[in-house]
Amino acid sequence: LRKNVEDFTGPRERSDLGFVTFDITADILNGKHFGIRTLFIFDWNVKQLFLYLSAEYSTKNNALNQVVLWDKIMLRGDNPRLSLKDMKSKYFFFDDGNGLKGNRNITLTLSWNVIPNAGILPLVTGSGHVSVPFPDTYETTKSY
Amino acid sequence: GIAMDLFGDLRRMNKRQLYYQVLNFAMIVSSALMIWKGLIVVTGSESPIVVVLSGSMEPAFHRGDLLFLTNFHDDPIRAGEIVVFKVEGRDIPIVHRVIKVHEKGNGNIKFLTKGDNNEVDDRGLYKEGQNWLEKKDVVGRARGFLPYVGMVTIIMNDYPKFKYALLAVMGAYVLLKRES
Repeated sequence: LRKNVEDFTGPRERSDLGFVTFDITADILNGKHFGIRTLFIFDWNVKQLFLYLSAEYSTKNNALNQVVLWDKIMLRGDNPRLSLKDMKSKYFFFDDGNGLKGNRNITLTLSWNVIPNAGILPLVTGSGHVSVPFPDTYETTKSY
Repeated sequence: GIAMDLFGDLRRMNKRQLYYQVLNFAMIVSSALMIWKGLIVVTGSESPIVVVLSGSMEPAFHRGDLLFLTNFHDDPIRAGEIVVFKVEGRDIPIVHRVIKVHEKGNGNIKFLTKGDNNEVDDRGLYKEGQNWLEKKDVVGRARGFLPYVGMVTIIMNDYPKFKYALLAVMGAYVLLKRES
């Protein structure tokens, strides 16, 4: 699981808005991070996976922040290998306050919710995460 | 004479049998209520089993699916979780996913939700002027699910005649059932 990211922030009157572009290369079927069910994530009882990329970070205002930037539904039978390049975040990355400016430690992780045909709904976090630093200044002219 | 005595006996026995059946029925109802209360205590949720009412979480959940919830006080609310919440002042529970979390050091959490199948987040569903949900709005977190099973309650809600018919049949069965 590997992600490459570029970033720049946009100015907002009250809250920081971050822009992140990313690549995702993931092989869901053969993940080594599952422990027991390594090769059979898509077994007979899995209807779909709800994948999401979330950014987690700390700010002065809030000890913990999590923002989902992108999500995708992967049905059983879909291609389990993801190779997405230069993706823009699906949802606006607003902070609750101005905690993105100069924040060096934003962690992006890919997780998924297993939706079975019937039974338990586990939430799994992929191993491998990427740290993204935001710059100290706001961008004023870049168009997104 | 003897006939009157026998007839008296018969009438008395039937009354006793009737009381017995009624008590049996009351016991079944009490046990069911106790199990439900027990579930509420064990899961920490005021409504540990809910029926999905809309298609806003498709294709994961469809109308009529059954969800099993827990609501432990120490369970943190994290992005990606499926929560069932009630908007202040409204009775209808909504099942959506958490997409934003902001938690302060003292444990104060505010979060935003969105249905998988919806284009926009739930801000339009919240109360006027409300931008975030808090822990107190949460009925529970979805931990398990069964498809289709909840359809019965939806049918009973939409067609009250069906509900009364079902109750009548159940009542008749319990009262008339003979133990051999």
